[in-house]
Amino acid sequence: MKIMNCPLNGPRNISEFVWGGEVRTMPDPNGCTTEEWADYVFLENNTAGIVREWWCHVPTSFWFIAERNTVTDEIIRTYPAGEVFKTRVDFAPRPKTQEGTR
Amino acid sequence: MPLGLLKYGLSSKYPARRHFPPAKDLKRSYDVVIIGGGGHGLAAAYYLARDYGITNVAVLDKGYLAGGNTARNTAIIRSNYLTPEGVRFYEESMRLYRELSEEFSYNILYSVRGHFTLAHTDAAMRTSRWRAEVNKHLGVDSELIYPDDIRKLCPSMNLSDDVRYPILGALYHPPGAIARHDAVAWGYAAGAARRGVEIHQMTEVTGILTENGRVKGVETNRGTIHCNKVLQAVAGSSSLVGKMAGLRLPIRTIPLQACVSVPLKPFLDQIVVSGSLHVYVSQSSRGELVMGGSTDPYALYSTRSTLDFKESLLGHMLELFPFLGEVSVLRQWAGMTDMTPDFSPVMGLTPIENYYIDSGWGTWGFKATPICGRTMADTVATGVAPKLIEPFRLSRFDEFAQVGEKGAASVGH
Repeated sequence: MKIMNCPLNGPRNISEFVWGGEVRTMPDPNGCTTEEWADYVFLENNTAGIVREWWCHVPTSFWFIAERNTVTDEIIRTYPAGEVFKTRVDFAPRPKTQEGTR
Repeated sequence: MPLGLLKYGLSSKYPARRHFPPAKDLKRSYDVVIIGGGGHGLAAAYYLARDYGITNVAVLDKGYLAGGNTARNTAIIRSNYLTPEGVRFYEESMRLYRELSEEFSYNILYSVRGHFTLAHTDAAMRTSRWRAEVNKHLGVDSELIYPDDIRKLCPSMNLSDDVRYPILGALYHPPGAIARHDAVAWGYAAGAARRGVEIHQMTEVTGILTENGRVKGVETNRGTIHCNKVLQAVAGSSSLVGKMAGLRLPIRTIPLQACVSVPLKPFLDQIVVSGSLHVYVSQSSRGELVMGGSTDPYALYSTRSTLDFKESLLGHMLELFPFLGEVSVLRQWAGMTDMTPDFSPVMGLTPIENYYIDSGWGTWGFKATPICGRTMADTVATGVAPKLIEPFRLSRFDEFAQVGEKGAASVGH
């Protein structure tokens, strides 16, 4: 079976992992336009080549980042998300008037 | 008698029947360029020529005719979907399929088998009931049946309780069918070529030319072609071709693997699908069991096969048909599917004028071939998407108006 190196647990069978899609920056849900939000939720780069992706080691619920080639299926590097996300992201507070609406 | 056959083969009185005219040089311009020479692109070319008299058309394929997902699907045709939009669309496709052999004067081996979607959980029973009611309301033959009825229709299936996931019932769709996928594409190709459409194999599109938001032509490995209209009808590479035109699509490219067994005597008439077991199977007219499962667990632009997939698929097959334990797998392959968030296709207009798209065909494209060709031909000819495919427009994602068909996908993904 294909082996993936979990940054927390070491090399494990690929069947222990769940793919979470490309790493993308989430727009501020309260500040962005509907189109920006639809783009973030539904549209994909679907790159053929090296991509940076979220993966989860299911038995330990550990989410991390992998760099993988989507043409050759080669896993190039895996590392904890803390290497990319170094600072806390704060979004604008949700306006009170929108309570209960979408 | 082999020698007698040789006489016919060498005699000029019995020339070989040519399906398609020999390839021509690529012209500098066409009215319409269709990217992708699979079932969908060829069907669109066929109906453009037959119904709209538009014959100055080039169908381009980077490989060979119908060698992509048209050659890699498991040839199942059904219309027992979940949403009224989906049911109407696929039902119209089945209607066209039934007439296709006669239309082509060429046998596509359309074979009505009956289709079971097995339910192993209360949730699956609930979805089956829901689908049966939606189907019946729209005139589609579909009903929920229980193990006693399944046993009568398909005596070879293991209906015992002594398995990991006992069968509680099934959504039964008597018109469910299979057909010879190559013949469908070849029939459309021959019919289109006879009417003047040019089919160019080994012709890869490398760029899309646009001017002021309007398509002007395509660049290929054999030179630049000018044209008024372009239809993108590829699979697996939809995002890559779309990107050439500046489109971002709601598609992830994920492999889907399948395999066939050695030929066996006929024992399985129906098409059997189980969402919980991630299996679908039918027995071809050659006797091979054609088997598929769920898509791979992550995105990949590759048609490689894996042992993990086969282990899981065949383990579940043995729950349904334990007597197959000694049977070998004969061939395996994979296709690249365009998976969309709502399990419905992306068809119709795009933000680029005169650039039309037929994509997002995940694991449900073969059964839609005739109706896709017809509705996309209509769209290309008139510049307006017909009502039948309006719900599948690309802009539905901006409008949060998805057409959720995950509950009717053949297996859980």
